[in-house]
Amino acid sequence: MKALELRDVRFKYKGSENWALDRVSLEVEKGEFVTVLGCNGSGKSTLCLLTNGLIPHAIQGDLQGSVEVFGKKVAERPVAEFATKVGIVFQEPESQLFCMSVEEEVAFGPENLAVPRDEIKERVEWALELVGMRGYNSRSPFSLSGGQKQRVAIAAALSMRPEMLVLDEPAYALDPVGRTGLYSVLRDLKEKHGMTVILAERDAEEAAAFSDRIVLMKDGKMLGSGPARPMLSDPDRLRNIGVRPPQVTEVASLLNARMRTSKFSFLTVEEAERGILESILTSRKGGKR
Amino acid sequence: MIPSAHGIPQEEKIISTRNLKFTYEGGVQALHGLNLDIRHGDYVAIVGGNGSGKTTLAKTLNGLLKPTSGTVVVNGRPTSEQKVAALAKVVGYAFQNPDHQLFCSSVEDEVRFGPQNLGYSEQEVRQKVERAIEAMNLDKLRSVAPLSLRLGERRRVSIASVIAMDPQVLILDEPTTGLDSGESLELMDRLKRLNGEGKTIILITHDMKVVAEHARRVIVMANGRMILDSDCRGVFSDLAILGESSLEPPPVTKLAHRLAKHGISPDVVSAEELVVQLMKSGGGG
Repeated sequence: MKALELRDVRFKYKGSENWALDRVSLEVEKGEFVTVLGCNGSGKSTLCLLTNGLIPHAIQGDLQGSVEVFGKKVAERPVAEFATKVGIVFQEPESQLFCMSVEEEVAFGPENLAVPRDEIKERVEWALELVGMRGYNSRSPFSLSGGQKQRVAIAAALSMRPEMLVLDEPAYALDPVGRTGLYSVLRDLKEKHGMTVILAERDAEEAAAFSDRIVLMKDGKMLGSGPARPMLSDPDRLRNIGVRPPQVTEVASLLNARMRTSKFSFLTVEEAERGILESILTSRKGGKR
Repeated sequence: MIPSAHGIPQEEKIISTRNLKFTYEGGVQALHGLNLDIRHGDYVAIVGGNGSGKTTLAKTLNGLLKPTSGTVVVNGRPTSEQKVAALAKVVGYAFQNPDHQLFCSSVEDEVRFGPQNLGYSEQEVRQKVERAIEAMNLDKLRSVAPLSLRLGERRRVSIASVIAMDPQVLILDEPTTGLDSGESLELMDRLKRLNGEGKTIILITHDMKVVAEHARRVIVMANGRMILDSDCRGVFSDLAILGESSLEPPPVTKLAHRLAKHGISPDVVSAEELVVQLMKSGGGG
């Protein structure tokens, strides 16, 4: 059974002329970490909304093709059935926070599933710990900064103990250290907890290094899908679809052009450092090491 | 001790804060005594992590928030003695989320709303609206409903509606957040032009790539305090300051730092700069 299986999916929002998703076929395995890259209007948010049935149940439009989440067709089952399977985190944390305290916010989901009190307490602490927000239990979510709000929103999704986490540009409002923290949370979820993750992004910088797969989207269409290295090695291709390429892949591509080679391929700062020390800075006459 | 611009003559300052403190209802203190002077025509980036106080600071500069103690002086008078409407003619503030300020049914109405409410004559209003629409390249969108636009366009509308009030200072809160790389470049280019025409620009951001490419002066905030006030390169060469303020240099700057002992300058901010240096250092060998 796949975590997600889209077959020839098209979706058009009510009142819109264009297909927000246009003949997209995509399979996500359990435990896989897939980053969907595309600019505004590429269809990546629409794809997120399909994963727990918000499309077509809450958002109207014309849906064609088949969408299955953990083997169940979303169009035929109620949204509630997917609530414990799929946690969704949106771009704007304010659109999903509404409680008086951080703790209530994170406890809200499991409370509504009638999870026993002790276990709720445990889940709240676990989720807050994972997102680095322990100790904020009694703070009002609205007194928090944008980045902190987003972490609370993620904790609220995690407290449902979903099997798959879907995040639509979760780092949108975070500062650089907040971003780094968030991606290390996501990496932990993948590596230590085996969580299936679908991450929609327009910036390829952080997720590049640890995604199992990158999906490129433009104008509702899937342009490609594969491991990070081949998918990200051409910065111009990414820029053409409105995605910020990782800076180190730009360095690699500029070096390849200047030195008439194709041997450079970097996904992380560490890789770039190693590659440059091995083949550029050491070849220097009388090079100092 | 923070190096600051206390030597600036009074008449060159458009904004000046002294021992500015602000505490939110409920007791969270967001600003801990700031002394800051901003000159006419400056292009300043205020950077800092989430929760560092940069948005609170911005809101005190245009009078949306009044200091809990200390003063904010705008054009020679404390904000506590000025009405928000009067201040709006001097200091314009574009919110981080443009949807917090858009409500009209057409772009033109949206842009017109501010100057109309400030009591300008119809002719003046028309002139200011046209200038703002031109400045943000919205001519083709003037009759469209703002909320039906894409985020990058909505951001330009929200900035145009602030420009239309013809303030001397423009404060932009995270203007590039959520924009594509192309949209972001266009917006920054238009802001540069406005600065060239004499507007003072205050950019609140944590996008260090934007800071590296545009600002002339950078103020770093952490925990409600200013921890650095310096020119742009100065900030990037100081990783400790960046770390303290939840900021990180762009990845190429980090890479350059790692390669510094091999003769690479640690303050490069773009892939091109780094590659040029690498070619000089050893690429030919």
